[in-house]
Amino acid sequence: MSTKTGIEVSIAIGEVVKLTDADVIAAYPITPQTHIVEHLAELVSNGELNAQFIPVESEHSAMSACLGSAAVGARTFTATAGQGLELMHEVLYVASAMRLPIVMAVANRALSAPLSVWGDHSDVMATRDTGWIQIFTENGQEVIDNTLCAFRMAEDKRVLLPVMVHLDGFHLSHMIEPMLLPSQEEVDRFLPPNQYPLPLDPSKPLAMGDFGPPIVYTEAKWAQEYNLLNSRSTILEVWKEFSKVFGRNYSPVECYRCEGCKVLLFTMGSFSETAMSAIDNLRNQGIDVGLVRLRLWRPFPFAEVRNAFKDAEVLITLDRALSAGGPGGPVSSEIKSALYPLEKRPKVVSFVGGLGGRDINVSGFEEMVKRGIEISKTGSSKEYEAFGVRE
Amino acid sequence: METQTVYIPKLMPKEEFFMPGHRACIGCGEALALRLVCKALGSNVIVVNATGCMEIVSSQMPYTSWAVPWIHTLFENTAAVASGIEAGIKSLNSKSKKSLEGVKVVAVAGDGATADIGIQALSGALERGHDFLYICLDNEAYMNTGIQRSSATPFGAHTTTSPAGKVSMGQFTWKKNLPAIVAAHNVPYVATACPSYFKDMMTKLQKAASIKGPTYVHILSVCPTGWRCATDITVKIGRLAVQTGMFPIYEIENGKYKLNMDIPQLRPVNEYLKLQGRFRHLSDDMIKKIQERVTEDYARLKERAA
Repeated sequence: MSTKTGIEVSIAIGEVVKLTDADVIAAYPITPQTHIVEHLAELVSNGELNAQFIPVESEHSAMSACLGSAAVGARTFTATAGQGLELMHEVLYVASAMRLPIVMAVANRALSAPLSVWGDHSDVMATRDTGWIQIFTENGQEVIDNTLCAFRMAEDKRVLLPVMVHLDGFHLSHMIEPMLLPSQEEVDRFLPPNQYPLPLDPSKPLAMGDFGPPIVYTEAKWAQEYNLLNSRSTILEVWKEFSKVFGRNYSPVECYRCEGCKVLLFTMGSFSETAMSAIDNLRNQGIDVGLVRLRLWRPFPFAEVRNAFKDAEVLITLDRALSAGGPGGPVSSEIKSALYPLEKRPKVVSFVGGLGGRDINVSGFEEMVKRGIEISKTGSSKEYEAFGVRE
Repeated sequence: METQTVYIPKLMPKEEFFMPGHRACIGCGEALALRLVCKALGSNVIVVNATGCMEIVSSQMPYTSWAVPWIHTLFENTAAVASGIEAGIKSLNSKSKKSLEGVKVVAVAGDGATADIGIQALSGALERGHDFLYICLDNEAYMNTGIQRSSATPFGAHTTTSPAGKVSMGQFTWKKNLPAIVAAHNVPYVATACPSYFKDMMTKLQKAASIKGPTYVHILSVCPTGWRCATDITVKIGRLAVQTGMFPIYEIENGKYKLNMDIPQLRPVNEYLKLQGRFRHLSDDMIKKIQERVTEDYARLKERAA
């Protein structure tokens, strides 16, 4: 039986990783991820978790050590944020291309300069094309549930891909929330042991990481892409299995009061809960608007996105990252391209805001929706709208 | 030591783990070293290879020259990947999830991957005390990308990024002392070696592999392509490197230096330099400068080993 506990989200992640009996944790400290790995180091040092904790000298080495540990078949976890994720960047591609099932919590953080330890999704978006499965979360419960699911998704023989679980820096990582912490028995029932099919082992020598000349590189990348696209069915299956054991449901795109709405707001991460309150207020004011939230960022849920927006006339999106010199927010631009082939599609008004820890509160979302509706009628010469910027 | 070369080959393990068919250049001292490394260490190893010549010549998909488990990921992270493998083995063994007892993790990297881009990962892994053997195959430049200087390139050598020109005499710095940097991490065993003295090298590798904790063997690997020398004198040039004092072979065991081949009278450095095109632009003054530095360094090393 799960127990209801008031606990900091970062600490709860550590507790869940302990329950998975992880074998290796390699991590480097970076705000706002530190509490996660501090707690894991503490669990290891108290003998509560029998694992090797490698206090590496950089995030580049953190992810590199994870490659090695996953390659011998050890259950492997790490966590990072912002600059740390950027320093890992080239290693991320290797993890997915070499089919190494690593689970990583990312406490989403803005990127320098100017230095900012506070949250936004700039770090996430820079890793968009690295071939990892990526999941957004909105509250502590979702973070720990999806951390647990991430191990099962990553290690499934049909998948064998690394998974990032995104939680907003500070807004989630440092929040103390009441959460249902799973029991060991429940975790054991849900998560089978890691049985990596082709580990490095002197009794069965194999070569991993050969270089690929032009004659095979394209096929190697296509095999990887095929695999990532196909992971979708396993991801859905894992969430279904999770719901059987724990009674909580997850899906790639989730709707809140969307039925029959002509206007939809679209968000991801912890801001979605604030946006829900704004939707309630707007509905009370007689404005017909619903909320759609993105949970699965990679592989991108095209079918669910198209289905969620098929009857809408206006779609208002918020990105917490800026594609500099480009179309505004990366998520918004992917939504637009997903909708483009449809005969009937909503007008999309894109906002970029909530950068570097700048909060958007309930009235902020109300204002955003009203402005979005207005712009959908009047049109705009801008590719996207900046939200909450002092000019 | 040289008299041993007649019968020692007969004592060499027959089994090969770095297989023929790789695409190293003719006369490659690095491939020679690696073949002997594999013979010395046997089959109970996991090899982590940095990007570089040896990775490229041995691994074109779908082929491999490796008969032992082998992994290559990136250029600068070899020691970090080795850390992860070692920790993974330790963890799996302790939980009886797998039995990988006695498996030695061996990192293999070139001088650029060790002395330049990978020095941070190496330093981290040494400091944390992982149980692994790190082998630097030093051919004194970035040969794989076309002979660019590294911090292990010797003073005066012409490379494509330290070219000898009208106002320059080639490499402008002295070779970085990697073994001393590694030894400063208080690791139990550090050694230098050259495949020209293969018995010495193989003994050191076996010793390094048998010691628990981080150990390091720095192997001078003659590169005819990059050093602009004849392809049939690789072994001879390696010997001259040792006998002139350009590359002395020694061990540092728990901080204590030991010279493995005492040379009462060093041969003049010019005997070594003149066989290589990378040094052919050197003036007498420059050669004198190199000679002075080598004599001085060797005397200091002898003092330490006394």
